[in-house]
Amino acid sequence: MKPVYIAGAGMTKFGRSEWSLLQLASVASLAALHHADLGEIPVDGVVVANMGAARINRQTALGSALVDQLALYPAAAEAVENGPASGASAFKVGVQAIASGMADVVLVTGVERMRVVNGLEGTDFVASLSQPEVEYIYGVTLPSLAGMFARLFMDRFGVERKHLAMIAIKNHENATKNPYAHIQQTVTMEGILTAPEAVVNNPPIAEPLHMFDCCPVSDGAASIVLVSEEVAGKLGGPMVRVAGIGQATDTHAVHEREDPTDLKAVRIASEKAFAMAGAQPADVDVAELHDAFTILEIAESEAAGFFAKGEGHKALERGETKLDGTLPINPSGGLKAKGHPVGATGVAQLVELTWQLRGEAKERQIKDAKIGYACNFGGFGNNVVATVLRREA
Amino acid sequence: MAYVSELEASLRPPAMEMPPYPPKVITLASGEEMVVRQVERKEIPTLLEAIYPLLWVERDFYDIVAARLFGELLAYKRHRVKDEYVLAGMIDGVLAGMVNGRLVDEKTGMSYHTLTIRRGLRVGSHLFAAKMEYHIEHLGQDEVLIVAESPIGFRRWMIEYPLEKRFEVQHELGGVPSWVLTSETYYKAKPRLAAGRRPVSEALLRGAETIALPVEEIVVRQVAGEKEGAE
Repeated sequence: MKPVYIAGAGMTKFGRSEWSLLQLASVASLAALHHADLGEIPVDGVVVANMGAARINRQTALGSALVDQLALYPAAAEAVENGPASGASAFKVGVQAIASGMADVVLVTGVERMRVVNGLEGTDFVASLSQPEVEYIYGVTLPSLAGMFARLFMDRFGVERKHLAMIAIKNHENATKNPYAHIQQTVTMEGILTAPEAVVNNPPIAEPLHMFDCCPVSDGAASIVLVSEEVAGKLGGPMVRVAGIGQATDTHAVHEREDPTDLKAVRIASEKAFAMAGAQPADVDVAELHDAFTILEIAESEAAGFFAKGEGHKALERGETKLDGTLPINPSGGLKAKGHPVGATGVAQLVELTWQLRGEAKERQIKDAKIGYACNFGGFGNNVVATVLRREA
Repeated sequence: MAYVSELEASLRPPAMEMPPYPPKVITLASGEEMVVRQVERKEIPTLLEAIYPLLWVERDFYDIVAARLFGELLAYKRHRVKDEYVLAGMIDGVLAGMVNGRLVDEKTGMSYHTLTIRRGLRVGSHLFAAKMEYHIEHLGQDEVLIVAESPIGFRRWMIEYPLEKRFEVQHELGGVPSWVLTSETYYKAKPRLAAGRRPVSEALLRGAETIALPVEEIVVRQVAGEKEGAE
């Protein structure tokens, strides 16, 4: 495999957008291309990650559409749909194109425009990733799966609602330092858990998960420019190398897993990514985890190998995952507060890591970050892509 | 002069006695404290100033809510509406939202509008609940007629409480078929939807004595969202 580098990263502000799907994708792509400063070097391929455009935006063939918008002809174009892991999957496709020698420059863009439909329709659209015959037809939604997961996880490992609230508080705080985050609002333990008014401020969604345990529904796009070693050599600025990618799957229906609290696909994907990178979880300076629900940040931090099983919430209590902790998790605000335009999420995680590793994350910059890790959690953990990035001088 | 006064008196609707709304304080998700209190007639121009920039914000039907509310508040100030009241929520003295309504008769109330300026903290939900609390607990009414002009309002009132249909009654807001909050529904929903503490400390009350407005740019940004961009 040939080495692959990230030369540029960009994104739109996540939130509720008036822009069309293609406008979102184009703006993020142009930002990443501008960041990469390729000059006359052509883009060989474009990979677009998206989950729901065919259904909610009535648009397909997004790869060719984006090439046309940006006049990148005759670049190869394709689209990747892999549920909420679409972003990292598309990134993987781009990496493979360069690693195999088929391309020198690939633009990977994740985009989603979900706020065009109402909440019920949006929830139903996301639920369509669940097992159709034993989950979806019985009304399973992602919050309901996460609620059941959280209940079991909390019972088994001593996690309490205050720990979930701590994740929300931390990630909301981080998001206020990220101008691209959907939610720019700090929350407090009193306001969302302990004050008598918290029952109104933070209503139940799927017990034990409450509103502030769930990510917002967002529009947005994020983009990465991948280049070969040869092209990287021609470009200036700090380079971020794609050190490792791992992907793993698990049973579609959550109840069929031997232990539903074991995020096996996260564990295996992470092990593969770290092995490929020649690194250990302990080497990681900054991580972006897929906290669509607060409980997932704790569970993934253990499955990825950062903490032993049942220890994630204790590390959280000790402040280890804060911006100034030993392993900052979700400095971007995570899905919880940065937002979760599903197809864009996996790419946006890597955009954040790229900025962190290049020292460009401004107010939320992790000092001397050299190795970053991202977990893009597809389905309800049945298709996971883990990525390790490393800064090279 | 006597003639003018008599004419003015005949133009004004008859007024009923309304006990004042006792102020309360609510801790928001952000940890900030919002004081909810009744707004006096002389303070209405300040609220109109806050509403004005929202007349052109289409998002979430703010334009129609702002336009109608502007008229209702003006009518209240100029004595051209029967038994209206206005409540405002203030955080550190700065206006976060407002609600209004009126009495149809002794036993029936009519909810007019809920307008949130500081979004994302369920300010509107708290203020709407305060309005219902006023009708049912303090004015002693049996029911309140309600409609929603936006999907957000529909979700917050019709679904969350939930309200009952009273479609044979046309609401004043456009003749839309009414929904109704009964006293029974209110008390059932109260533990999960109506929050706040009394009495409010002197310091907080003093801080909420004068309504301060966020600057227009912030009002519009809070309501309509950030300007989009990319890096």
